[in-house]
Amino acid sequence: MSNTKQIPRRGTLARAESRQALGFVSPALAGLALFTVVPVVLSIVMGFFNWPTFGEKTFVGLDNYVKLFTQSPDFWPALRNTFVFALLYVPISVGLSLLLAISLSARIRGRGMLRVLFFIPVVTPMVANVLVWKMMLQPQGLFNGLSQTWFGVELPNFLADPQWAMIMVVMMSVWQGLGYNMLIFSAALEQLPESVVEAARIDGARGFRMLWSVTLPMISPSLFFASIMTMITALQVFVQPQLLTGGGPGNATQPLVQFIYNQGFKFQELGLAAAAAWILFAIIIILTALQFRAQKKWVHYEH
Amino acid sequence: MSIDTLPAATAVFDAEADAPAEPDERAGGREPLTKRGRVRLVFAHIAVYVAAAIFVSPIVYAFFSALKPNSEMFSMPPTLIGSEMRWSNFADVFAYGPFLTYIGNSFFVSITGTLVVLAVSTTAGYAFGRLRWKGRDAVFVLFLATLMVPQEVLVIPMFQVMQWFGWVDTYQSLILPFAFTAFGTFLMRQFFRGIPFELEEAARVDGAGPIRSFLQIILPLAKSAVAVLSVFTFLSFWNSYLWPLIVTVDYAAHGTLPVGLASFSGLQGTRWDLQMAAAIISMVPTTVLVIVLQKHLVKGIAMAGLGGR
Repeated sequence: MSNTKQIPRRGTLARAESRQALGFVSPALAGLALFTVVPVVLSIVMGFFNWPTFGEKTFVGLDNYVKLFTQSPDFWPALRNTFVFALLYVPISVGLSLLLAISLSARIRGRGMLRVLFFIPVVTPMVANVLVWKMMLQPQGLFNGLSQTWFGVELPNFLADPQWAMIMVVMMSVWQGLGYNMLIFSAALEQLPESVVEAARIDGARGFRMLWSVTLPMISPSLFFASIMTMITALQVFVQPQLLTGGGPGNATQPLVQFIYNQGFKFQELGLAAAAAWILFAIIIILTALQFRAQKKWVHYEH
Repeated sequence: MSIDTLPAATAVFDAEADAPAEPDERAGGREPLTKRGRVRLVFAHIAVYVAAAIFVSPIVYAFFSALKPNSEMFSMPPTLIGSEMRWSNFADVFAYGPFLTYIGNSFFVSITGTLVVLAVSTTAGYAFGRLRWKGRDAVFVLFLATLMVPQEVLVIPMFQVMQWFGWVDTYQSLILPFAFTAFGTFLMRQFFRGIPFELEEAARVDGAGPIRSFLQIILPLAKSAVAVLSVFTFLSFWNSYLWPLIVTVDYAAHGTLPVGLASFSGLQGTRWDLQMAAAIISMVPTTVLVIVLQKHLVKGIAMAGLGGR
């Protein structure tokens, strides 16, 4: 091509570009409006209505919210279970995956293969993972079987005991999610500037001292990111209790999302479910904001 | 894993391949090993491999359980291998429920969903990343804001919208509602912005419009980003459970693997052998995907700015 074609003036070109940009962006905009903006607005509205799946919808103001906190027998337990799960799951998961990432140091042979291996449960269907654990946790399953054979000790019926059921939901979840944070930490560890590590070594830093005073502060942005993401995931836990325990025994392991699901799609109370979902959203936002405020104390960014 | 949480961790598997230096020259592995250091390294290997063996044992045990006769599933003492290797369990799964339909539906929904996400995200990412237009940055911030809304808030009104559309229990309800999330657009925009503008400028001066320059210059350069987005979108569709559970009524027609698998446990009651076979089968495609693509799942963390910087 040569310059025989006249190049249009800047204004025309810009206008043409705007028009074309609109073409490029409109599918995404339309989809986002229809499948995100509309539902969000609708969800706010539904929270103020008695909104059965079928039948008359009536405006009830804040009644759904009041009802959740005062009359719904499962709501407070669901809140408690969600927090208990998050409090157990987040530190264990972040801690273990950090330990794993550090253990899989450059000197370990086959670390690439090991990383893939630890990552597999992250990508296999959660439903399948849960079924496997459910089988092992049966009264006659692998755990109890091994314990009886090796030590002659009969273990409790894990999924039928309120406390044990929650512990097992956490344990299963830790196993499932470990590889995800491990990858984030591995990436951070690999980006550590050698000059800093070397300088610390010359200053005599070794082992735990090196880890605590040099490595951890330097990967603290990743730690922060992983903690926040893990916490948000934990507050949204659903599949593991839904399939491992059904939320039981009783409602001992029923988290907020399962409560929302039950209200909406078992009892057909979509208004109540929408209200509960907004409470979950508020909790997520508040806890995330608190973590962002706390990060100044322990997260070090390079400038 | 829900659709919302999936795409964040892309892999560092390829860090191995990318790093030009030999392991010993990287941070943490520089010093030549003393004798004590060598002993410790041996122990480190033992610890890591024992941990890996324990970690993977549930899947191994599930695999061998799938090969046992059902009566030996909970034998005491527990055995890894039953009295016979009943490979026919894997075939029997298909005879018991509409398992083949579940697999077909899962592939159809995941592949179609991924294609929609790719089409929408690359075009929008191009508009946000490389074209100049009024209000671009404000609209982009709005896009990002929607990432905060959790799936649980969306599914309830979404179900209502699906009812209004008459889409409950259809393929489009499984594919479209979560094919427009902002993450893909964000990822593509970040990547497109990193491509030097001179590359496009030359073509534009020669009279190529945005469409041609997008298709012939930008898109071919974005293969790695497209690969990362495809893999993680596919995985999130493949594993999605909450939304299909809500919007699917007739599992025999539109059930995907996760909901089918979950209903399977109720259906079969005590047939643990078949449940394990079904679980193992459903794990195969995603596991293969990760193993095959481990070297190509490139720099996702850095790309999405998720390395913490």
